[in-house]
Amino acid sequence: MNTSVVVTGIGVVAPTGLGVNKYWAAARAGTSGIRAIRRFDATGYPARLAGEVVDFVAEEHVPSRLIPQTDHMTRMALAAADWAFDDAGIDPARWPEFGMGVVTASSSGGFEFGQGELRNLWRQGGEFVSAYQSFAWFYAVNTGQISIRHGLRGPSGVVVSDQAGGLDALAQARRLVRKGCRLSLAGGVDASICPWGWVAQLAGGRVSTGADPGDAYRPFATDAAGHVPGEGGALLILEDAESARGRGARVYGEIAGYAATFDPPPGSGREPGLRRAIELALEDAGMDPSGIDVVFADAAAVPELDRTEAAAIRTVFGPRGVPVTAPKTMTGRLLSGAASLDVTAALLSIRDQWVPPTVNTEPGVDHHLDVVLGAPRELPVAAALVLARGYGGFNAAMVVRRAG
Amino acid sequence: MSVREATVDGLKQILRQVAGEVDGVDLDGDILDRTFEELGYDSLALLETGARLERALGIKLDDSTLNEVQTPRQLLAAVNEKRATHPDAA
Amino acid sequence: MQRRVVISGIGVIAPGGVGAKEFWALLSAGRTATRTITFFDPSPFRSRVAAEADFDPELHGLSPQEIRRMDRAAQFAVVTSAEALADSGLDPAGLDPYRTGVTVGSAVGATMGLDQEYRVVSDGGRLDVVDHAYAVPHLYNYFVPSSFASEVARSVGAEGPAVVISTGCTSGLDAVGHAVELIREGSADIMIAGATDAPISPITVACFDAIKATTARNDDPEHASRPFDRTRDGFVLGEGAAMFVLEDYERAKARGAHTYAEIAGFATRCNAFHMTGLRPDGREMAEAIRAALADARTAEDQIDYINAHGSGTKQNDRHETAAFKRSLGDHAHRVPVSSIKSMIGHSLGAIGSVEVAACALAIEHNLVPPTANLTEADPECDLDYVPHESRTWPTDTVLTVGSGFGGFQSAMVLRRVT
Repeated sequence: MNTSVVVTGIGVVAPTGLGVNKYWAAARAGTSGIRAIRRFDATGYPARLAGEVVDFVAEEHVPSRLIPQTDHMTRMALAAADWAFDDAGIDPARWPEFGMGVVTASSSGGFEFGQGELRNLWRQGGEFVSAYQSFAWFYAVNTGQISIRHGLRGPSGVVVSDQAGGLDALAQARRLVRKGCRLSLAGGVDASICPWGWVAQLAGGRVSTGADPGDAYRPFATDAAGHVPGEGGALLILEDAESARGRGARVYGEIAGYAATFDPPPGSGREPGLRRAIELALEDAGMDPSGIDVVFADAAAVPELDRTEAAAIRTVFGPRGVPVTAPKTMTGRLLSGAASLDVTAALLSIRDQWVPPTVNTEPGVDHHLDVVLGAPRELPVAAALVLARGYGGFNAAMVVRRAG
Repeated sequence: MSVREATVDGLKQILRQVAGEVDGVDLDGDILDRTFEELGYDSLALLETGARLERALGIKLDDSTLNEVQTPRQLLAAVNEKRATHPDAA
Repeated sequence: MQRRVVISGIGVIAPGGVGAKEFWALLSAGRTATRTITFFDPSPFRSRVAAEADFDPELHGLSPQEIRRMDRAAQFAVVTSAEALADSGLDPAGLDPYRTGVTVGSAVGATMGLDQEYRVVSDGGRLDVVDHAYAVPHLYNYFVPSSFASEVARSVGAEGPAVVISTGCTSGLDAVGHAVELIREGSADIMIAGATDAPISPITVACFDAIKATTARNDDPEHASRPFDRTRDGFVLGEGAAMFVLEDYERAKARGAHTYAEIAGFATRCNAFHMTGLRPDGREMAEAIRAALADARTAEDQIDYINAHGSGTKQNDRHETAAFKRSLGDHAHRVPVSSIKSMIGHSLGAIGSVEVAACALAIEHNLVPPTANLTEADPECDLDYVPHESRTWPTDTVLTVGSGFGGFQSAMVLRRVT
């Protein structure tokens, strides 16, 4: 019998607000964080909107010692990690060092830091490349820096599966807790809103070129035309349920089920792997579809991908068989940070018994989805399903439910 | 960039840029004979500092220098000695 | 009863040899494959030595579009996966896609492709706001190294869990460890698992120059990688990949497969000390070793050979020597230890998997590969490092370790399948 693993602390950095409370208040109000890009001059690019975390001032949250050696995403991750520990009421210095670990998801590393050093290299020469380049840009950096900052010496890791990574990281953390780690800090905080990262994302062909923040990212709409990239994410503290109960911890909910699948090769004519991921995650949770009260959609806003997702949800739950929402319509898609933020929203929905809305889109009727549109919906939420997909064919599904 | 000589003030400025400041350490005070370790700067910070000094002054420090120097006074001495032996630099 | 996981297929690309056979021939002969960098003009750099693989993607069956779409590291991963699958004797058409997964380790992703493309879109570094009109259409595949796992999954027809593991220089061990876990827990029956990296590019060479981590022995490239030697002065950057077919033991046995070794135990820890530095006492690596031995239900004195991380930096080789003594006690002095990085350099995230391949082949051949270039040991490195020549040695149980930037310390135990 596998032990039950629960979430006892959350740290959020989102385009709509810093910290769980601000993010959640903005979600309730349906406030969007999608705006014209401020961080660099994007006027020459076909896409000019993003979900930037505009109110994050690194100096307020990160020691000056770490600023020169960290990318923007790492600074946000360090802040989220601090907040998650605070939220869980845990002082890591008082916990067994080898019993704590950290598992983060990354998509493209500290791309902005890398951009600066590539520029130094090619503009001025190799001797202008920083000593910090040897780790500040790489995919493992958030895990490494967080582990150092909090003295986490237990099993740790880094997973990379594009947007699916946020769920894969939480799943790996759950595995490690089940194998005896007392706590694992897990999730994703990501950012690549810099010219070099922008050009790379444009090349992926899935970024919306819409100019109006009010209708640039329209998942499930018949005229969906891509997503708006964002930055930020969430880090969650996972603990063994019994040990959390033992210390009297406040529990957000249980990570009850998970599965990951990969799509068949393009052109095979076979069904994509998302439905199978959902079914396997439900099986892992020991639940029937009827036990799921809301689905947090991946919401690609690419017509073919939307059709795939709608079909998977419909096949498992029936036409309009379950409320579906995509709060990422307010933040943009946060790369590897997206899914752990959706898990956060799912847990808060369980806590507060309302579901955040999907904004700025009008789903096509032929999807037969009951999308929570425009305003939050009050409903009894005991369990939620979170979906995430990564470029190239990655699918992941996670079930969270009220702790027993 | 033309800098005649490495000074303690110039060094402080570089240290702040490449590695910030540690709580409880007053960089504005007399730091010449305190160790980099006491000041909160590790081997990476020193490597980065050394690279900035090299570029600013147009010198090349020996590989061993940054392993050996322990205080700002020793680092400045090593740097300025290189200056003296490379009069045409900068 | 926990499922046992075995290696039933191996594919390797390493400097000095493409293919597992050539790789093993190089190691058992104690030849070195380090040389002056030929991929670009290394003259502006402090360290100008590397271990480059002579690899022609077309010769290995990749199509022109695949070559264009994939960074060199992705090409390595796909080619070595095909070799491993062929070696396993599995019929690719007979694989159950749903029960087959993929893990690929990589520390630095598509660094080579990113370096080249940045140079173009920035017009040689001149443009801050880089020019999207000059971006290649597959740039997103370089942007996200998850493309390595998707390329492998696509090429072998895997539709189970797929992921890239990127824990710096322990990625190669951790990716295999992750795959073992997925089979043990029942998420897959077969994993195509391993790691790849192709970091020999100006940006990588420059960043290791900046921290003086790589060798400056530019006038003697063949002997530049000198783990445990008194005169070692840094590691030699390498490249390569190793991918494996990992299989549930019962399944492999039922189909009469040749198995190289069982992956009996794995553990990883963090030093939470420094992004690049190591504490001299080797405490966290020792802890990882102890945990891996416990996972393998193996006693210290059962270890017949240690494949060391042995990068050849001053700090690493002492750190690791201390960790072996701390975890294995007196047995550390009795067991042969060697570093194949002395011959093929350090391919960052890939090397952990390449070393797992070396361990599996050491068990297969009862032969311990040597530490080349070890002429005079560092007095603080006082174990039996098998200098210069490989050693015929009864090798049933092997420990391999890795240590990486970010503080990662990993250990794995391989055992002859009995």
